[in-house]
Amino acid sequence: MGIHIVVCIKQTPATSNIQIDPVTGTLKREGMAAAINPFDEYGIEEAVRIKERLPGTTVSVITMGPPQAEESLREAIARGADQAFHLTSRAFAGADTWATSYTLFKGIQKIMKEKGPVHLVICGKQTNDGDTGHVGPGIAAWLDWPNIAYVKKVESVDEKEIVVHRMMEDGVDVLEMDLPAVIAVVKEINEPRVAGLKGKMAAKKAVIPKWNEADIEADKKSIGLGGSPTIVSKSFNPPPRKGGVKIDGATAQDKAKALVDKLQEMKLI
Amino acid sequence: MNYFLTEEQQAVVETAREIAEKKIKPVREKHDAEETFPWEIVEELKKADLFGVYFHSNYGGLGGAGFELVLVVEELSKACGGIALCLAATALGAFPIILFGTPEQKKRWLPDLASGKRLGAFAITEPEAGSDATATKCTAKKDGNFYVLNGVKNFCSNGESAEIYSIFATTDPKRGARGISCFVVEKGTPGFTFGKKETKMGIRASTTYELVFDNCRVPAANMLGKEGYGLFVAQATFDISRPGVAAQALGIGTGAMNEALAYAKVRRQFGQSVLSFPSSQHMVADMATSLEAARALLYSVTRAMDVDLKAAVDASEQSGKTVYEELKRVSSGRWTKYSGMVKLFCSDTSFWVSDSAIQLCGGIGYMRDFPVEKFLRDAKITQIYEGTNQIQRNEIGMMITKELAAKPA
Repeated sequence: MGIHIVVCIKQTPATSNIQIDPVTGTLKREGMAAAINPFDEYGIEEAVRIKERLPGTTVSVITMGPPQAEESLREAIARGADQAFHLTSRAFAGADTWATSYTLFKGIQKIMKEKGPVHLVICGKQTNDGDTGHVGPGIAAWLDWPNIAYVKKVESVDEKEIVVHRMMEDGVDVLEMDLPAVIAVVKEINEPRVAGLKGKMAAKKAVIPKWNEADIEADKKSIGLGGSPTIVSKSFNPPPRKGGVKIDGATAQDKAKALVDKLQEMKLI
Repeated sequence: MNYFLTEEQQAVVETAREIAEKKIKPVREKHDAEETFPWEIVEELKKADLFGVYFHSNYGGLGGAGFELVLVVEELSKACGGIALCLAATALGAFPIILFGTPEQKKRWLPDLASGKRLGAFAITEPEAGSDATATKCTAKKDGNFYVLNGVKNFCSNGESAEIYSIFATTDPKRGARGISCFVVEKGTPGFTFGKKETKMGIRASTTYELVFDNCRVPAANMLGKEGYGLFVAQATFDISRPGVAAQALGIGTGAMNEALAYAKVRRQFGQSVLSFPSSQHMVADMATSLEAARALLYSVTRAMDVDLKAAVDASEQSGKTVYEELKRVSSGRWTKYSGMVKLFCSDTSFWVSDSAIQLCGGIGYMRDFPVEKFLRDAKITQIYEGTNQIQRNEIGMMITKELAAKPA
């Protein structure tokens, strides 16, 4: 029977070394090679792995972006997705995460209207150019579906529910969630495959529908720059977080002693 | 150099190259040091459909032939000639079935070999039968609808890892060369076990095993070709498989040169890049020229062979006759001379180029933690297996003599 998965991807600069325009405070995109956002590659791979273990599953891919973003959709098909949908219009340009998640939500609704129910939406945890991590949970809010972000493992999935491991700073949560739902995945979840020959041939032949704001019946006040409440006052690279101190020792007693010594040395106790 | 690859062939090269760079390079040192089989790479090659490039589409393949196999093996071998062998040795095991399989036999085994679900292997060598296959001691005695195999085969590449084996055994020891027959034996057949695992100089990521047959009952339906025609099967297989060894050799040589160039460029002595010295540049000129000559020969021969091979494969799918029968119809002669030439030239070139690559690097090139010395160890086998280069010269010389004799004076 299988499920229908929609993976949301974005074409971003093909490097993690993003440059910020000092005048406008936004990203420099001109002259940068483009590729699928690295976190989205894990999303595509996980969807294809679910397809391999749950027969009858279909993987759709959607992106919002300029005409050249179609390359990233073909790349997703080469990596095993079945079909792709391209939301593209000048009216979508300049969208913040609110308008982006709204537009993708309308696109997913259109997919459901044309291709039948969607059971699972997969996003990368964030993009390498925006770094917000808002869009996945945002789509879930628009759809009014449950969502789990920071997913590092899909333990099981069927037509009714999904069990995932969520990566937390202090450990791992194992969570069960009814479908339909949204998950956002981290890079620890898998190692993406190299696109296969059959996939590459399929990608070359694929017909990818292009949808604009009218096709997806979007509220014009909620899309693009005009529909974006966010104002970027300043962008900067955050200073790297300092690592903690690891207390070594052969036994628990040794470690406890080392910890107490350290705290006394720092005059904290 | 533009070799005018088709769009599909270009995709084959790019896919194999991506796997070589991203997946094989990070693990090649570990598999070489520990002599472990690269199952994780087998998975990558399966997902990328690379096992199927030389199979007909009726078996789930891409519909290519020898040239597509050559392209894959060359690219993988640029990273590691040992790891590339999981795919190349499968091809050697598959070719007897492709050439001599009946429609039923092809349906039984080719789909799994084309998908990589099961790996293939080929075993002709025995302790006393190397270049002289007529000295085969492993026997296959007919018993009703079965043949009972007894004896050992050794130095089997992909041994133990593979599940489908093309095995040569004598069905009539009195008839010598005309008494040998070829059988497909599947892993798990009672009486078929694995003996000694070899420890090798190079291609250490490839498992090499002794195969042991102890009253192993193989269905008569598993015989490839007719009884007593085993050496025809072996010779026809080698004619089309030797370009695969040549491709492995070419990839190894090219990989060695690439590593050496990258190092020689940044290594500074006497205040300048080592690569800027005329002595280095002359070495590099000889290496690059010979590799390109090897590539040009390999590609021309394989493409010419494929014209006949593809026509025969297509005809065989229509007629139900074997590819070998169709090959005899579409082609005027055997490919022995040219396939011997590519194997000989590419492997000899690979060995001395890998040697020069170490020399170009100096002391660091000799060290195990630098990736150059391994290429020389891997290159050596290509001068030995699928017929030593002395045997290649014998065959090439014999073919030339025959051609002369056939010409009117």
